[in-house]
Order: sequence, then C-alpha cells, then structure tokens
Amino acid sequence: MGTTSRRPRFESWGRYPELQADVVPLHWTTDFPPSKTPATKYLPVGLGRSYGDVCLLEHGTLLLTPGMDRLLSFDAGTGVLRCEAGASLQQILDFAVPRGFFLPVTPGTKFVTVGGSIANDIHGKNHHVAGSFGRHVLRFELVRSDGSRFVCSPIENPDWFAATIGGMGLTGLITWAEIRLRPIVSRMIDYRGDKFHGIDEFFGLSQAAKTEYTVAWIDCVSTGRNFARGIFMQGEHTQIPGPLRRSKEARLVFPCDLPEFALNRLSMAAFNSLYFHKQLGKTKIGPVDYEPFFYPLDAVLHWNRMYGQHGLLQFQNVLPHATGREGMLEILKAITKSGLASFLAVIKFFGDVPSVGMMSFPAPGVMLALDFPIRKQVSFDLVDRLAKITLEHGGRMYSAKDARMTAEQYQAFYPQWQEFTRYVDPQFDSAFWQRVTGRRPLDG
Amino acid sequence: MAKARGGARPERVLALGATSAIAEATLRLLAEQGASFFLVARNAQKLGAVRDDLLTRGAGAAIAVVADLDDTAAHPAILEQAVASLDGIDLALIAHGLLGDQAEAEKNYPAAEAILRTNFLSAVSLIGWLANYFEAECCGVLAVISSVAGDRGRKSNYVYGASKGGLNVFLDGVRNRIDRAGVQVLTIKPGFVATPMTAHLAPNALFAQPAKVAHDILRAIEKRKDVAYVPPFWGVIMLVVRSIPRRIFKKLNM
Repeated sequence: MGTTSRRPRFESWGRYPELQADVVPLHWTTDFPPSKTPATKYLPVGLGRSYGDVCLLEHGTLLLTPGMDRLLSFDAGTGVLRCEAGASLQQILDFAVPRGFFLPVTPGTKFVTVGGSIANDIHGKNHHVAGSFGRHVLRFELVRSDGSRFVCSPIENPDWFAATIGGMGLTGLITWAEIRLRPIVSRMIDYRGDKFHGIDEFFGLSQAAKTEYTVAWIDCVSTGRNFARGIFMQGEHTQIPGPLRRSKEARLVFPCDLPEFALNRLSMAAFNSLYFHKQLGKTKIGPVDYEPFFYPLDAVLHWNRMYGQHGLLQFQNVLPHATGREGMLEILKAITKSGLASFLAVIKFFGDVPSVGMMSFPAPGVMLALDFPIRKQVSFDLVDRLAKITLEHGGRMYSAKDARMTAEQYQAFYPQWQEFTRYVDPQFDSAFWQRVTGRRPLDG
Repeated sequence: MAKARGGARPERVLALGATSAIAEATLRLLAEQGASFFLVARNAQKLGAVRDDLLTRGAGAAIAVVADLDDTAAHPAILEQAVASLDGIDLALIAHGLLGDQAEAEKNYPAAEAILRTNFLSAVSLIGWLANYFEAECCGVLAVISSVAGDRGRKSNYVYGASKGGLNVFLDGVRNRIDRAGVQVLTIKPGFVATPMTAHLAPNALFAQPAKVAHDILRAIEKRKDVAYVPPFWGVIMLVVRSIPRRIFKKLNM
C-alpha cells in the first residue's frame, strides 16, 4: 500500500457534498491494512457511483478498490464466480455474457464494483422475484483494520455476513467475493412497454406483471391530465438463442458542466413530453439488447455533468403496500408542485424476498427514485419534505442515494442502527455515517 | 519473410515480472485469446492471484514460479524450465522494474546500484539468454518494458533513467544482431501509467490506464515494431524533450 497519498478531487456521483480526503489505490487483496497503521479513518470506495456522502469521508483515507479487479475462478457448471471486490459489473458482463451468463441482479448502471454492490446491497428491476444483490453472494472475505481476515457466508461468521451486506463499507474491507451468475442464451431481452396515466394504472400494471424485470418511468413534471403519466417497462431474457458477444465500450462523454439555467421547468416538461411520446402506441413489444434495457445512461459517460457544477440530489424511498398509494400520491404532488423534478424518475414494486443484510434498503412495497438539480435551499427543503412523508407512511430512504437525511430520520428508518454499530470497524467511518449518527451537521 | 509472421498471435508466453501492472494487463488480453503462460514474480500471493485471473479468463495453462530476478545466477534454470514447460516460447515479456528513490540514490550508492541491478543488469542477463534462444529458433518476440525516462537524463530521476537508457542501447544492439534471424526485439517505452509504481505521483491528463497501454503493446507486437511509445503520443512528447538544446535543458526543472 502506498505510503504517500495524493489529493485529487474525489466526488460522489451527485457531486454533493464536496469533501476532501486522501486517496490510496489498492491493487492487491493484501494491500490493506498497511504494516504501519497511521491514525486515520478509512472508507473503501469503488467507482464512486453512489450519489451522496456514503462514499465520502472528510479528513480520512479513501481506499480505492478498482485496482483489485481479478477474476479468481469461474465454474461454468454452477455459474459461481469468485472475483476481487474491485471488479466492476461491466467487467463481469464482458466476461460472463460470451460464456452464456448474466448478473443475478443489476442496478441501472454497470459502472459499480462488486464490493460496492455488496456494501449497498443494491437492487434491480428483478427485485420482486430475485431480491437484492446480497442474496446471490455466497461468500466473501472481510479484512479489518486490526489485520484480521475472515471469510463470511450464511454459515461462516453469519452475523458479519449480514452486517457487511448493506453495511456501507463500514464493517471492514471486502477483498473478494463469490457470486452466483445466472444462465442466458442471448443478449436480447423480450421487451414490452405500456403507457399509463395516473398512479392507479401503474399499480394495476405492476400487480398484473408476471415478467422477471419490471420498472416504470414516471413523469414528475406534468400536472393536470398528464399528472403521473408514464411508461411501464417489462422484460425477460429471451429463450431464443441469439448473440452472446461482448458489449462495445461507451464512446460518448458528456463534455462539460451545463449551466444552472439549462435544467428548468420548461426544458424538463419538454423532455418528459418527448420521452412519453417517443413510444407512439399504447403498447410496444419487441426484442431489445440488454444494454439499452438495463443501462440506458451508461452510453453517455459523465452524464452527471448535465446537472452543472452544483451537482444533483437523488431521492429514493420505499413505502409499504398498505400506505403506498396514498404516500406516493402525496410525494408526487409535492414534487410536481416544486417544479424541481427532472427526467430520471422511476417507480417500481419491490417484492417480498427478504434482504440478507442487516441494513439493507429494499422492503416489500412501492419504490420511487428520482433526482433534482441542487438549487440550494429549495431542493433541500423538498427532500426534507419527502423524507417526512416517507416517515409518516412507514417507509424508508436509501443511504446510497442520500445526502440530506437527518440523524432522527435515519434512525427512525433504520431502528437497528445501534445493533449495527457493534460491527463497524473502529477505524472505518464515512461522512454519511457521521451525519446519521449525529456527529456531523447537515450543511447548506 | 519476417513480415509473414507479423500478426501471429503468441500462444506460449513467458512473463518475467508478471505482477507488474502493465504486464498483467497485457497478459489478460493474451489469456482471452487462449495463450499459455509461464509466470515469474517475487511475491507468491500476488503471483497466485495473477495466475488465477489468467486461468479464469481463458488461459490454456499458467505455471507460476516465485523468484527474485535480481538473482541472475538463477536465470538460466528458470528460463530452461519455462522453455520445457511451455514446449517453446513465442513471446517473452520482461516487465520487472524498480523506480527507486532518486534523492536516496544521489546520497547512497547502494540505492543507485539496486535500481541498476533490477532494471539493467538483471534484464541484460535475461535478454542475453533469450536472444540466444530466439536466434536459434529463428522466430519469436522479445518484448521489454523500458521507459520514456531512458530517452534523456533528467534531474528528477536520472538514475532510473540511466538504467532504462542503458537497457535501450543494449536492446538496440541485440536487435541489430538477431532481427535478421526473424526475431522481433521490441523496446516498449511507457509514459505515465496509473500503476502501483506511480501511485505516489499526482495524477494528470497524461496518465494512461494499464489496459490501454496493454492494447498498444499488443498492437506493436502485431506490427512488428522495434520501439513503441505507449500510449503513442509519448513519441511526440519525447521528440520534443530530446530536441531541447542542452544549454537550455540543463536549466530546466524536469
């Protein structure tokens, strides 16, 4: 492990807040801890795709894991892949798809690491049938700052297994993991898109859906008769044998930060209208490649620059089914009224497959995720209001997407947090964890 | 006729310093094409991880041998074992190196000697044996990772630079001798590459990822180049650096 540190600008995907930290790249699973442990706090960071401050640590040392990206073994009979924790889902897809395998669970970007996928217990469009990522993790190695290393699985050290899945990188460094991939016969997805108007149509489509992958884009800008219109998207890996080639590298890069005025109510309304009408008929059916189906935004690198230099806030919550309809209506009304919404709003039913992680976000119910450009106090007030509605309706918010929860809100969402603190490594910390345990004020 | 072999994919690959980031990235690409490997490096645990990765990615075979290549007396036995295990060698990649500490090397000769031993003397021993082997086979690729630092002595790292400069001259001579036997001798000159060796330097726009450099190396092998700056834009930068008149150069802080 390098003894000298450098201070490049390291930012999370939301580019807010801005916090300085030392950065130490790890290349080998034996690089941590260093032989002479300095008096610093650590936080493992993968590709920095979480939005808020869960991957930041002021005055600490970020352990960058993407240099640990080796694929250690693969069993084509069982689909079990063992890899180092810095391997990205993109690297795994490049390896697995030509061999007829796919990720068991994938988020909306492939630019995340396996370690980050475990630490945030990520979910995807198949949550209602597959649960979250942790369910497909067989084992991993955890390294603590005192140098102890142990393998965690549902059988070996099961409490550490549960604490580390969804444990936000705070329980120690994950060095390698074993995950079970699923077989596919083609890159192609059998796709179906249905337009809907209003939340009730969305609920109807979600309840009727039998497919493996479901998600809906929802218009959070339009009001009146277009309020809560959207497109319900479903898909399944096709059963028809087809191409299994490796994806091409993304070539487009969002070139620069857009000025603040570029994203306004008018441009966003225009975008949402265009998106809704891109699909002409009420229903669209046909095969699509997995890249645009799962990773539409990955085609443009650095798309977060669109939000300008002040960055973006992401809000993601889940409400239980019992209160979901009322709660989401209230939230959608608050969002459209604010005029702050942009175009990346998705809504989905989570299933009742339990998460393995002690601090995992997913829970049975209805989930909403969207981003806002940061307009100082206005955006902060809105997110605070949405957090309150979430709390009143018995839901919770997602730490990987958050930059604004108060300690009171977090502790109400995750009452098991005190139990979790027993597993936090004494030398590990994050700006998020400082905030939600009341050791760091909300700024701004 | 040498050209006729250009583009042939190396199937039997010897990697000396196989845990170096540039070597590892290059070996990954070759593993995906199904090559077999004889891997040598100092650290058993790291070498094991590299071997596992190459096997997982599609290597036909991967034999790992732990050795400190500073020990030149052990070279012939290692190289003979490599030839025997792989049943011949198509590509030998020499990748081990030591950046060292310039300030320390200025004060203490042993620090300077360590840099010269690893980067130059050990390479001379390996290249000497391999040149004779390839010359007798009348084919093969001898690829050696040198550095742009060997193109001109600079006050910030001239000990390292001298070790690589010496290596460049030695390779020029070897090429001049065995090219006519159909052997490609490739001097690889990387600029800044984001590796553990450069982790202490502030990153800048000139830094390249090992995976990109690996692609450039394989392309240089395919094209049967003699010298390859990787990424190629370093050829232009070093042309400028070399052409600065000495009376100006000596005043610069480089």
